[in-house]
Amino acid sequence: MSTPTTTDLGMPVSGLRSVPHLPDDAGKQTKRDFTSDQEVRWCPGCGDYVILAAVQSFLPELGLKRENIVFVSGIGCSSRFPYYLDTYGMHSIHGRAPAIATGLATSREDLSVWVVTGDGDALSIGGNHLIHALRRNVNMTILLFNNQIYGLTKGQYSPTSKVGQVTKSSPVGSVDSPFNPVSLALGAEATFVARAMESDRAELTGILKAAAEHRGTALVEIYQNCPIFNDGAFEVLKDRTQQEARIVRLRAGEAVTVGAEGERKVLVRQGSGVMKFIAEAEAASGEKGAVVVHDPALDDPSQAFQLSRLDSPEMTHVPMGIFRQVDRPTYDDLVRAQVDAAVSTAGGPATDADLTDLLRGRDTWTVG
Amino acid sequence: MSSKTVQTLDRVVIRFAGDSGDGMQLTGDRFTSDTAALGNDLSTLPNFPAEIRAPQGTLPGVSSFQLHFADHDVLTPGDAPDVLVAMNPAALKANLGDLPRGATIIVNTDEFTKRNLAKVGYADNPVDDGTLDSFHVHAVALTSITVEALAEFPTLTRKEKERAKNMFALGLLSWMYTRPTTGTEAFLKSKFGARPEILAANLAALTAGWNYGETTEDFASSFIVPAATMPVGTYRNITGNTALSLGLVAAAHRAGIPLVLGSYPITPASDILHALASLKRHGVTTMQAEDEIAGIGIALGASFGGAIGVTTTSGPGVALKSEAIGLAVSLELPLIIVDVQRGGPSTGLPTKTEQADLLQAMFGRNGESPVPIVAPKTPADCFTAAMDAVRIATTYRTPVFLLSDGYLANGSEPWSVPEVDSLPDLTVEFASEPNGVDPKGEPTFHPFLRDEETLARPWAVPGTAGLEHRIGGIEKADVTGNISYDPDNHDLMTRLRQAKIDGITVPDLVIDDPSGHARVLVLGWGSTFGPIAAATRVVRNAGHPVAQAHLTHLNPFPANLGEVLTSYDRVIVPEMNLGQLSMLLRAKYLVDIRSHTSVRGLPFSTVELADVISTTLEELS
Repeated sequence: MSTPTTTDLGMPVSGLRSVPHLPDDAGKQTKRDFTSDQEVRWCPGCGDYVILAAVQSFLPELGLKRENIVFVSGIGCSSRFPYYLDTYGMHSIHGRAPAIATGLATSREDLSVWVVTGDGDALSIGGNHLIHALRRNVNMTILLFNNQIYGLTKGQYSPTSKVGQVTKSSPVGSVDSPFNPVSLALGAEATFVARAMESDRAELTGILKAAAEHRGTALVEIYQNCPIFNDGAFEVLKDRTQQEARIVRLRAGEAVTVGAEGERKVLVRQGSGVMKFIAEAEAASGEKGAVVVHDPALDDPSQAFQLSRLDSPEMTHVPMGIFRQVDRPTYDDLVRAQVDAAVSTAGGPATDADLTDLLRGRDTWTVG
Repeated sequence: MSSKTVQTLDRVVIRFAGDSGDGMQLTGDRFTSDTAALGNDLSTLPNFPAEIRAPQGTLPGVSSFQLHFADHDVLTPGDAPDVLVAMNPAALKANLGDLPRGATIIVNTDEFTKRNLAKVGYADNPVDDGTLDSFHVHAVALTSITVEALAEFPTLTRKEKERAKNMFALGLLSWMYTRPTTGTEAFLKSKFGARPEILAANLAALTAGWNYGETTEDFASSFIVPAATMPVGTYRNITGNTALSLGLVAAAHRAGIPLVLGSYPITPASDILHALASLKRHGVTTMQAEDEIAGIGIALGASFGGAIGVTTTSGPGVALKSEAIGLAVSLELPLIIVDVQRGGPSTGLPTKTEQADLLQAMFGRNGESPVPIVAPKTPADCFTAAMDAVRIATTYRTPVFLLSDGYLANGSEPWSVPEVDSLPDLTVEFASEPNGVDPKGEPTFHPFLRDEETLARPWAVPGTAGLEHRIGGIEKADVTGNISYDPDNHDLMTRLRQAKIDGITVPDLVIDDPSGHARVLVLGWGSTFGPIAAATRVVRNAGHPVAQAHLTHLNPFPANLGEVLTSYDRVIVPEMNLGQLSMLLRAKYLVDIRSHTSVRGLPFSTVELADVISTTLEELS
């Protein structure tokens, strides 16, 4: 037996390194190039329309050959997404998109692979595949549309529904404790974790770009409103009179704050390690704790995890932005490197003679 | 030289039996390799418990390896051993019932202590209380002689020395049957190269066993089994799991596309994952998934990308993969699902053989969801079956079941290694340009426009400009592949998917009937081939005509099957299930079938099947 070796993959590289880009002289792609001829069939007012438009408008920015982009989805309202994009796409089965995308991304380095999923698809039936994709760090981008409800099956509580939420399947209130998708992803040691609001297009686009260019699994949770079964779930975050006081905008290298000018609060870490928002004026002295400066590149995910726990079902303080963005060897690069190393050590792809040797093995005998 | 006599035999069946930790599988493997190298035809049957180490010395912990070798072609591992090597009382007790009177038993007397005898319920020592009077018994203190032979290895503990007793037994049997030990010596050198002391001890034990046979008066003669007359060729000994792995690699090589395996470990299929994981040099990618569902998901994703996706499992894993197999039927993408069947239901008998997943493979999905089924008939045939499964999958863009079983997986036989350029050309053609026009008259791609002959849809892989398209598990409109809930379209698509599978080209059923006028046909599928062929041989040798045929394709059936079934007065179908093929044949061809079934976790015996055939013949006379 040969000794197992780890493969040195060198410096961090772009998630799109191996995906063919358009030549410089090619005309600029537009949203229309990414719009399929299929009629979009979400309910009127569905947040998915906004995300679709954002993605269709953003994809040209990547400058990739359209035929090298693949969207894979599971089941649910969000999972109809691939049909509306004029790229390659697969609408698969409930919860399994990350597994299918793992096979595709690992066997095809030249593709930009995207997974579109929802809170039920990704966190309930597909929870296992999600955490394993994140821990493996397969080069793909997962867009998790979170509307805290099952929409396509017509209104049952989901793994992100609030405790006490009244739905068709919880007529006197759900007793299920919800997942925080960002905490879950960080717990699975995801290398890129972000949260955005469907309604904040500029922020969403910026995060999508960073996610696409990240090498490894990028998870983007997108708060998305279901106008039929859970309307207004994120209303307090959309309401202009409240959002400033509730949304914590994470900016790398900056102190973590919330609230408008004059009412601003600053996040500090107290002696016990607990994080707490205190008035800006109080924070200046440093006596009430050290000001938390956001650093998504920290190798240790503890601070990012703590930030994710600022969130609560009441949405008093909801962090938005990129929680974590670190470089770690990706599963697909490592898998391909092992195969490539074996092939090149042997002097190139297997010939008929190599196959003959394999079929014969070590112990043969000849008759006649 | 000793003055011992040498006798010539035409065939021998040996069973090595001991505790799970005694190394019986290794001993059997090595004896098999050395026997294969001598040119005997052979067939093997490993039989071991699901527990890695059941309590020492107990009946559940007994592991055995049976080998049948001969100077003529061998069809089965043999019904009853001529020689039993019993390393402890449990091994004797568990296997004694299978021995015919007069069989030879070699017992390791060191293990026949009061305590060990009590563990398996022997009140007295069967070696000297008359229990074994009708057998030829060699009582050998295997353990203590081995330890004594290793006296010159002071750094080894007694336990380490005892562990070499299986090599002593191998050496003794090698002397008895005049097998060379050079292959085993080379094997030990590569296995223990880094631990010279252990290597030397094993080699010494092997030699000591050989010398013991030659010098002890207890063994009066040794035996020769001359080489079998086999067709010209280069041969190796091969297990079903190895042959299947190589078949997949050869198919990908001949198709010119990568092989990608997504798999979750499960007995008795895991060895295929192990084998393929070590073949990266041949461009093989293997991914050990988080579960059975992810295993097939990975394979399907790779197939979408233009590889031949494979997932390997056993029955419980197929149950978990069912939904994804249905998706592959709907997507019409190539995919290989290897089911190495084991005893069921549920966890069942993980290490024992059965062929009770036929109906699961045939119907175990929601909706009308036809999947082709290929079933190898012998360990070496797993190679051919794997290649043919890939041919069907890539030609017709469909998932294909490859139904092996535990007996084929672990059993072995000599295989005439084919020349690579004689293997089928499986070259794949991907779609490269638009195949239609849209309503505006622009060139467009229709992912569900079918080939007129095969009804296969185009395989257009991501990265191909101009062929961007979406596929999914929702019903698709004929030709365009767009989502369609139209009633007539669903009816059409359902019938098209069925017609595509029904139209797959499979070889006609070949009838073996030397008499040319048999009135009874024995029809089998899968690993029952060996016992059925051996049983028909027994019946024919007794002067009675009987025909034999074997199905390697169970969906679709060969085109001539209906005609074959109706041309015999009786059709016997032996199966290691409760009559699954019989049910399919009765339903499809309205032919009465004499179903003979057994689900004991073991292959049929030749005698059992010969009895069934003879009884049927008598009824007709």
